[in-house]
Amino acid sequence: MDRSLLIAATACFLVAVVRTLLALRAGVFRPGRFNFVAIACGFLLQTAFLWVRGNAIGRCPITNLFEVFIFLAWSIALIYMLVGPAYRLSLMGAFTAPLVFGIQALSLAAPIDVPHTTRVEANPWLEFHASMSMIAYGAFALACIAGLMYLIQERQLKTRQLHSVFHHLPPLHDLFTAITRLLWLGFLLFTAGLLSGFFTGQPLPVLKMTCAGIVWLLYGAILHGRHLRKLAPKRVAALCIVAFSAAVTILWGITFVSESRPL
Amino acid sequence: MHLFCVGLSHHTANVETRERYGTHSDADALRTAAGCAEALLLTTCNRVEVYGASEQPVSTDAIARSLLRETAIATATDSPTFYRYEADECVQHLFRVACGLDSMVLGETEILGQAKKAYETSRASGAAGPYLHRLFQRAFRVAKQVRSRTDITRGAVSVGSVAVDLAVKIFGDLTDRKVLLLGAGEASERTARALISRGVRDLRVSNRSLERAETLASAVAGEAVPFEHWPAQCRMIDILISSTSAEEPLLTADLLRPMIEERIDRPLFIIDIAVPRDVAPEVNKMEGVYLYDIDSLQSIAEQSLALRRQQIAAGEQIIAEHVSDFGSWLRRGSSTVRPAESLLHRPLTEAPLRTSES
Repeated sequence: MDRSLLIAATACFLVAVVRTLLALRAGVFRPGRFNFVAIACGFLLQTAFLWVRGNAIGRCPITNLFEVFIFLAWSIALIYMLVGPAYRLSLMGAFTAPLVFGIQALSLAAPIDVPHTTRVEANPWLEFHASMSMIAYGAFALACIAGLMYLIQERQLKTRQLHSVFHHLPPLHDLFTAITRLLWLGFLLFTAGLLSGFFTGQPLPVLKMTCAGIVWLLYGAILHGRHLRKLAPKRVAALCIVAFSAAVTILWGITFVSESRPL
Repeated sequence: MHLFCVGLSHHTANVETRERYGTHSDADALRTAAGCAEALLLTTCNRVEVYGASEQPVSTDAIARSLLRETAIATATDSPTFYRYEADECVQHLFRVACGLDSMVLGETEILGQAKKAYETSRASGAAGPYLHRLFQRAFRVAKQVRSRTDITRGAVSVGSVAVDLAVKIFGDLTDRKVLLLGAGEASERTARALISRGVRDLRVSNRSLERAETLASAVAGEAVPFEHWPAQCRMIDILISSTSAEEPLLTADLLRPMIEERIDRPLFIIDIAVPRDVAPEVNKMEGVYLYDIDSLQSIAEQSLALRRQQIAAGEQIIAEHVSDFGSWLRRGSSTVRPAESLLHRPLTEAPLRTSES
């Protein structure tokens, strides 16, 4: 039952991806309500999946690699819903949908949805820690997407080759403002998630703490460089992509290693 | 009811001819003189067109004579060929005009505003009745659809508007941006005025002749900067428009590099419209600097025009659907539309007519 909700959600994101690809192929690439509506439907179905799964296991559904990635995909869609329209970056949907679709399709295809044989007691601090960290990842993902949009537009401006997509991208200045705000949002949420880890009442695994510390330092360094005006906007945009790639790899590593111990 | 359009445009008549026939401004007088039930006069710098609805056919010659003032009739020596469209062809022509498909600059949007104004004028004078009301309301709707569903209006197609569009793409809101005009030539003044129209308030002008700089500065409500001080301005400004007659580049990468390092988080947009160029091409390789010379601006304008041309077929398809639909209404509409005359003389509150679909 719950997986069929997820498959339907994935189909919604696929529809947005296909429509974007068709528009790109036709050379008429325009933002619009369609992508937003498709992502909104996907988001609702994702939420339904998490609710059903959470009820089934009696806690926040972040207990295995599959659930972690689905929660990450949900966080990305959540931040998009909150940030995309607010910053008038509806085109972000065209970039968000492929990422969410990719995460969900791979999660559904891979044999990683392994239920735990032992029932774990709910721990509010642990769940807060995990969910805050995941939502922070959603903000970092959106910063990564905005960074990609920035780099695409910057390159077109530099090379003076303005393709159809150029006319639908937000101005560089607005994109950079969005990147900065998303980085701050993600960093604050991640810090809250990190700090709450100390209150779980459980022993702190050295590997997880080190990896989380690396991600925190990485984003902290980007924000510090930005704050001191030592990093050019293009570098910040590129670093958002690098940092998110590293953060996802670390997340996968942490979750994979601790599969025997639910989060 | 006969629906028709008689007119001259940049396709068929030179500017002198259009001027001669474009002096008439009273649609109601024209309606009476030509003997139509309804009339609407659309006059722009590129076209003079009369849209009319009448029970009996009205000749092209009658319309043409109505357009000329009496003095002009007496002195008219030539007889330009007016085009004439009737029924569905008239509807199609108006829809194409409203969408900018018949304009000199393909896809320009000014014509839609001019058509709305012409409609409003005719409606207010009582010259436009229910047929023209319905026709023009549909034309505005078609134009809106074509604009939103195709890229026919996308991209700038003149050098000045390309420069402004690029500035908006880089900075977003231009209100607080600082602009330096290097050289007080006509081209840079035109570009500066285009930027002012988009909200720029802080303009500085530097020229070898301080007097000319001051003249232009006062014309654009800016500030004159002595020529020897212009390089230092690059630390502060966001947009540089250069159009001097210097033989060698004035701005090189070596000169700009230390200033760019101080403003690493702020982009610099350079519009070099001078020939020979004022800015060394290597400057474009610097991070955060976007350099466009006259060739690259013209190339973008041509790219935009090419993109617009690709959209013609999509626009024509939307128009064709509406022409067919409107034609069906027109053929069965005579029985459902109230007589034009009865509407024309009613107060507006009794016969509310929207001026725009939007």
